[in-house]
Amino acid sequence: MATEAAVDHSHWSPLLGRLWLDAIPQEPIVLATFVVVVLGGIAMVGALTYFKLWSYLWKEWFTSVDHKKIGIMYMVLGLVMFLRGFADAVMMRIQQSMAFNGNEGYLNAHHYDQIFTAHGVIMIFFVAMPFVTGLMNYLVPLQIGARDVSFPFLNNFSFWMTTAGAVLVMMSLFIGEFAQTGWLAYPPLSNLAYSPWVGVDYYIWALQIAGVGTLLSGVNLICTIVKMRAPGMTMMRMPIFTWTSLCTNILIVAAFPVLTAVMTMLSVDRYLGFNFFSNDFGGSPMMYVNLIWIWGHPEVYILILPLFGVFSEVTSTFSGKRLFGYSSMVYATLVITILSYLVWLHHFFTMGSGASVNSFFGITTMVISIPTGAKLFNWLFTMYRGRIRYELPMMWTIAFMLTFTVGGMTGVLLAVPPADFVLHNSLFLIAHFHNVIIGGVLFGLFAAINFWWPKAFGFKLNQFWGKVSFWLWVPGFWVAFMPLYVLGLMGVTRRMRVFDDPSLQIWFIIAGIGAAMIAGGIGAMLVQFAVSIWKREELKEETGDPWNGRTLEWSTSSPPPEYNFAFTPIVHDIDAWEDMKRCGVQRPTSGFRPIHMPKGTGTGVILAALSTICGFAMIWYIWWLAAISFAGIIGYAIFHTFNYKRDYHIPVETVEATEAARTRQLAAAGA
Amino acid sequence: MTATIDTTHDLSQPELQAAFYDLNEHDHPEGGSTMLGFWIYLMSDCLIFAMLFAAYGVLGGSLAAGPGPKDLFELPLVALNTAMLLFSSITYGFAMLAMEKGNKGGTQLWLLVTAVFGGAFLSIEMYEFYHLIHEGATPMRSGFLTAFFSLVGTHGLHVTFGMIWLFTLVVQIAQKGLIPANKRRLMCLSLFWHFLDVIWIGVFTFVYLMGML
Repeated sequence: MATEAAVDHSHWSPLLGRLWLDAIPQEPIVLATFVVVVLGGIAMVGALTYFKLWSYLWKEWFTSVDHKKIGIMYMVLGLVMFLRGFADAVMMRIQQSMAFNGNEGYLNAHHYDQIFTAHGVIMIFFVAMPFVTGLMNYLVPLQIGARDVSFPFLNNFSFWMTTAGAVLVMMSLFIGEFAQTGWLAYPPLSNLAYSPWVGVDYYIWALQIAGVGTLLSGVNLICTIVKMRAPGMTMMRMPIFTWTSLCTNILIVAAFPVLTAVMTMLSVDRYLGFNFFSNDFGGSPMMYVNLIWIWGHPEVYILILPLFGVFSEVTSTFSGKRLFGYSSMVYATLVITILSYLVWLHHFFTMGSGASVNSFFGITTMVISIPTGAKLFNWLFTMYRGRIRYELPMMWTIAFMLTFTVGGMTGVLLAVPPADFVLHNSLFLIAHFHNVIIGGVLFGLFAAINFWWPKAFGFKLNQFWGKVSFWLWVPGFWVAFMPLYVLGLMGVTRRMRVFDDPSLQIWFIIAGIGAAMIAGGIGAMLVQFAVSIWKREELKEETGDPWNGRTLEWSTSSPPPEYNFAFTPIVHDIDAWEDMKRCGVQRPTSGFRPIHMPKGTGTGVILAALSTICGFAMIWYIWWLAAISFAGIIGYAIFHTFNYKRDYHIPVETVEATEAARTRQLAAAGA
Repeated sequence: MTATIDTTHDLSQPELQAAFYDLNEHDHPEGGSTMLGFWIYLMSDCLIFAMLFAAYGVLGGSLAAGPGPKDLFELPLVALNTAMLLFSSITYGFAMLAMEKGNKGGTQLWLLVTAVFGGAFLSIEMYEFYHLIHEGATPMRSGFLTAFFSLVGTHGLHVTFGMIWLFTLVVQIAQKGLIPANKRRLMCLSLFWHFLDVIWIGVFTFVYLMGML
């Protein structure tokens, strides 16, 4: 820290603001990464140019308003950022397993503090959120028998705004610095006085820009679910994943504006010298902590609820049974949605709000385990006497049940205020939330990827590498995080760079071994994707229904045509596709009609690019560029509203040809 | 029609298909979700204001030995300002009535009258801000002033955006007339404009009136 503080970043010029040569980090690790990224980037751009893929990418993907393509792009974004976030995790594990007995490790404080901040920010905002949003985007319209979302252009725009935020976080690695404040950037540390350079500003603008995308995508999916369900699909006939998506998006719309407001307050404090969170002149740093957790706690349910939906779909499909307790599952989800707003204070029992307030929030927190427990029993009873097929999605689901339950129980321990006074900010807390986020969100995503990959791409994923990944990931998780529970109980706090007590080192080494196993699991998963793409002809899935599925997405081809359904299905029961199979309905092969669809547009990419420039200019105090790009955003948005021709019809010949190909495919598959 | 299908009766395949697929589907009218979507967006915007009100509630008494509400607020000016905004909502209502009658010129005229009242509101607010800052009551002075300027200023920024939107719509109505897409946009701006009125009533009550008690 001492050497870093000596660098003077205070100069400013009208043309470049605070940006100057000293913005390039001098640390060898960062420089080497920079070189690798630049070379990789050049190679990728070169390859795309050589194979003339730019216009394909632009026309078919970047400007597409097809919810399926946008969903896949979200998943790709999540995967790329996951590798970055995991690299940060590995660096922390190595540092903490070395830094004993006077050894300073290999990371200085300035660098280490950025790493733990970036790890948290990236994993929540740019890994878990894109993954979850991508899944909902891909699946919700298919599950409700719709052809797209309510606002297809807005969907494309939302994706690119999320990407713009991710781009800013990545830029901070090589131009300037990232925040050194921890992932929620509490003031007064995040105030200008203690974080004078660009780190916190990168944090603020990345979150603000990505937040616009998240909020709009929430509005979009709520409208889609409320307005665009197939005829006959009453609320209580919706697939459980759609239900949990609805609740998640309600939470998004009700929580993200709080984040927007609190980030704006922090930025006016930093940019204009306001006093929301200052220590002097009447500000209140404790208000920041309250406000950000009013967003932050619903956020964790935003992440987990859709995965509860995934587990419900997977359990019922692979047990060959209707989900046990559909209604109780719906009500449990709704109760969790409401309760998630009544618990935020448990993140800072130690602030000293008094016994009554702490008791209230402790009890509400414990109460959440009741609907969650009801869900677990529903899954178990669904499996009971089911004909269970242990395919990969089901394996991940079982790993989830075991892992998440333990994480939930340590969560209930932390909900007891006196226990929390001992465990607050300790590695016990770190172990707890990784236990539920990895065991819940990530395991759920892996279940979902293995389950719906054949739907999205028309071929199954390789089983062998999937199992290798599973058996490295799940034990790897336990080896990596159980030592943190132990350390936390011994009183070790989070975010430490060096340690005095040598007896702790063995636990950090064990945790490091666990991280290495997880790295193997991630590697195996990438191999699984590569091998599956390589052998896609062998793994081809022709029926559209590889797992004997139950919901409408399995009634169409894999991958689904652009219009999803040639005829909108009519729903008579929960598990509509299962019902159709039971009644022996054959898909109509004639009488097609032209289909009304939205047109692609580049506006989303352009607005998000302008937002990235505007954010960058604000971070570096390049006022002229910020003003011009902001005017550009407003101007271009207005210009876009003058375009009234946003839709077209897929001609009936195209529909007929697509459906005839599908008929031949089904006949060949013997379905 | 959508009751559970009973498989004990033998339905022929065409009957089954007609029961399970919408074979005579027509194009869905465009913009069917727009009003719901915009309303949900407004509720999210309302939450931003809720946070600003909450911050004002927390910081409103933190004067840091600086001036307080009673030293700064001039109720007659604020009453005039409130009147401007309320009049603008009435005239927006007239624009919507003209739109319902298909009166293109009337719609545009009332929109412009609305813009005049909106402009008056913003001018008075800027005069008030200028006056406060001139007296040394800047947002940097205290927690109270930070919260006050942020809440009132955020409302003012919303009105400014509403004005830009309003002028855009006047041009679009001139170009395309009162087509369904433009009517939908007018409805959305109407919601937005009245929503800002409601927020202002909150500001007027909680910040100005209660500040003078």
